[in-house]
Amino acid sequence: MVIEFVLNGERIKADVNPEKRLLHFLREDIGLKGTKEGCGEGECGACSVLLNGKLVHSCLVPLIMVDGRDVLTIEGFRKTERFRVLKEAFSEEGAVQCGFCTPGMLLAAEALLRENPEPDEEDIKEAISGNLCRCTGYLSVVRAIKRASIKGRGLW
Amino acid sequence: MDISKPVERVDLLEKCQGNALFVDDLEIPGLLHAVTLRSRIPRGRIKRIEVPEIPERYWIVDYRDVPGKNSVKMLSEDMPFFAEDKVNYIGEPILLVVGEDKEKAKRILKDIYVEYEEIEPVFTIEEALNGNAPPIYGDNNRFVEYEFSRGDVDDAFRKAYRIVEGEYRTGLQEHIYLEPQGMIGIYSEGKVKVIGSMQCPYYVKNALVHGLGWPEDRIQVVQATTGGGFGGKEDFPSLIAGHVAFASIKIGRPVKLILERNEDILSTTKRHPSIVRHRTALDRDGNILGMDVEIILDAGAYITLSPVVLQRAIFAGTGVYKTPNLRVKGIAVATNHVPSGAFRGFGSPQAFFGVELHGTNLSDEMGISPFEYKKSMSVRRGDLTPTSGKFRSDVKIDEIMSRLDKLSGFTEKYRKYRDEKWKGIGVSLFFHGCGFTGDGEVRLDSRVKLAKRKDGKVEILVSTVEMGQGAQTALRKIVSHALNIPIEQVIYRNPDTDRVPDSGPTVASRTVMIVGGLLHRACEKLKDHMGEMEYVVEERFRMPEYVRWDQKKLHGDSYPEYSWGGVVVEVEVDPVTFEVKTSGMWGVYDVGIPIDERIIIGQLEGGMVQALGWAYLEKMDLKKGFLIPGTITDYTIPTAKDVPEIVVELVRTPYEYGPFGAKCAGELPFVGVAPAFASAVQQATGIRIDKIPITPEYLLEKMNGD
Ligand code: FES
Ligand code: FES
Repeated sequence: MVIEFVLNGERIKADVNPEKRLLHFLREDIGLKGTKEGCGEGECGACSVLLNGKLVHSCLVPLIMVDGRDVLTIEGFRKTERFRVLKEAFSEEGAVQCGFCTPGMLLAAEALLRENPEPDEEDIKEAISGNLCRCTGYLSVVRAIKRASIKGRGLW
Repeated sequence: MDISKPVERVDLLEKCQGNALFVDDLEIPGLLHAVTLRSRIPRGRIKRIEVPEIPERYWIVDYRDVPGKNSVKMLSEDMPFFAEDKVNYIGEPILLVVGEDKEKAKRILKDIYVEYEEIEPVFTIEEALNGNAPPIYGDNNRFVEYEFSRGDVDDAFRKAYRIVEGEYRTGLQEHIYLEPQGMIGIYSEGKVKVIGSMQCPYYVKNALVHGLGWPEDRIQVVQATTGGGFGGKEDFPSLIAGHVAFASIKIGRPVKLILERNEDILSTTKRHPSIVRHRTALDRDGNILGMDVEIILDAGAYITLSPVVLQRAIFAGTGVYKTPNLRVKGIAVATNHVPSGAFRGFGSPQAFFGVELHGTNLSDEMGISPFEYKKSMSVRRGDLTPTSGKFRSDVKIDEIMSRLDKLSGFTEKYRKYRDEKWKGIGVSLFFHGCGFTGDGEVRLDSRVKLAKRKDGKVEILVSTVEMGQGAQTALRKIVSHALNIPIEQVIYRNPDTDRVPDSGPTVASRTVMIVGGLLHRACEKLKDHMGEMEYVVEERFRMPEYVRWDQKKLHGDSYPEYSWGGVVVEVEVDPVTFEVKTSGMWGVYDVGIPIDERIIIGQLEGGMVQALGWAYLEKMDLKKGFLIPGTITDYTIPTAKDVPEIVVELVRTPYEYGPFGAKCAGELPFVGVAPAFASAVQQATGIRIDKIPITPEYLLEKMNGD
């Protein structure tokens, strides 16, 4: 079936198997490798993208659900000022180690800050609780998101 | 400039942008996909394999396609690349189906039928040592056995005023590095190249030399950006590297093998389950007269790295305690589950779980605060190590403990919680030996190269990998500081065995101290040649002269240096559900001079959280040879919501032979958390903890008197 949606600000149209997962479409058909597969079962969050502004696990989203909607991946988000502020904060707090969870974490942070530009620690922990990170122990990620929310006041 | 001052990680931007290329991200023309047929039974003979007709452009690859020896060369050669006539664990690879479409290959796999003749399996340490099943290994299931002693321990027990005994058990733990294991094999013009997620390019290369029976110059191994390892990518990658190499050679096209998450959980190595037994002889005042320790590791189906894991465990057998007499025994046994392997800490967390929880019990027996007791019984500079070497550098236990008390408020809380049920606080004191165990570094004979290039830049040529721990940044920083050039002038690519010498594996917390130390020395040589157009220097490992070690007797300095730590954990236990909430964790660590403070803090926090998972969340058991739970959905690792407030601080004792005074750091934070956690739960509940993970079910069972 033919679906149409907006991917990182650009309209795209494709003839696809509607059951195919968004993650695999992004990685295999479009060649966007920034979205990672850590489990394929909705458990790890490495495949996080924003669908109409909401954080989703793209490994669970069939393409049929994407039709007519708006998808933001790390490749789109990285062009924004908000990304720059988050990236700085991740650097300053040491929130990146192996980096496999990082694109997903950044998008989880973006989803949170859109909803709640001044989150407290508990809000942040809640917001990233669907994103596993085995390296950092999360505290630096929490600090980084907090720092970005302060430094980037007005951006969200 | 202060080397410890943090700089931006060199790999930060590409990782944030999603541009870092992990193995599954690589685009290679003509790539085929491999899927693996695995044993469904824990032990048996393969009587027959029935393969349906294979469609065109699909292939089967099995043991008959291994050109050299069908064994993954590690410390021993007992593990095959592909099972031939027998299988020893559920998940053991038997053959590959390779083709263009992965889903189709999986369907073909489903139609392959294997007929087995089952053999009575061995699942536990007890069954391995005392069961009736035919042995898996040798005639007694013991892969290795060691023992060392000092003084006259039996005499100490005869003279003891009090003897305290304890048995402490730990369970399986799965790494859950976020990037599953994966490899690509590319064969062309008589040469095979393997690219993948790994910690040890030369382990992979050596395994391929053996499996292919080819000369070294026809085998190239390249590391792709690696999404976490924690030991899980130490030896296992050699197995699947063989698979993709054999497949690509047979078919003549590049072959990719990426494990799915649950397949990764099913078939890759785990932390060794253990039983640690302690018997301690005390005098009237609680001083330790003698310690008798036995550590048994459940090594799984094949030897892999277990002898060295066991050595690291027993070399920490008596922990930080000063004792004139000791005897430490260790056994690694064979069982029918996936091989146990390397996992951050490498045997030492099991040993310290035992000895530090035991230490808490000793203090309880004496009615002394564990804080005071552990501090006063601990070794100091000049005292003997468990293997009767010498702690030569300053051992800053007093500073560690006093800072820990200030941070955590241990003394006060401990007193308070004596009368307040369901709250508790625990402390542990520990060390980690830096670098390979025993004569390991000498055997490795590591080499590094440093090349001044035409463009003025200096390139680091080592086989050490970045896997998240910060090696790319730390090693560059060492070179940039030693040569006094900006860090941007230092190049360090992912290792490629065609370009870099063997500087050993990326394991054992050895990267900064050993490899960084070699680079530091190489800089000294290069300094005088920076004016030349091009210049290459090489440096080779030399054991510091003070190290005395007898590998046969297991006597002397089992490590050239030690890092130290103290951890306090505070908990609250729900009186109805028995759920344990961690209210806080505090750690004070002496890792020498940190090369980058922020990276070190990241290692410490991350390691402590992994260890917290091991202590109370990450339960994995064996039921009829199946790992339960065996899926990412049911195997719980800490999420952001499980993590308490953690405070870490550093004590800095420079190590003379380390680069800029650095010692080791990566594994240390894993070592102390579980015993402190268990001690805290013990205080909160009054239950004698003898096992981790401490789940609500376990506590309930204990409450009901087993
Ligand atoms: S890959 Fe989608 S949640 Fe793990
Ligand atoms: S940085 Fe490795 S999983 Fe998060």
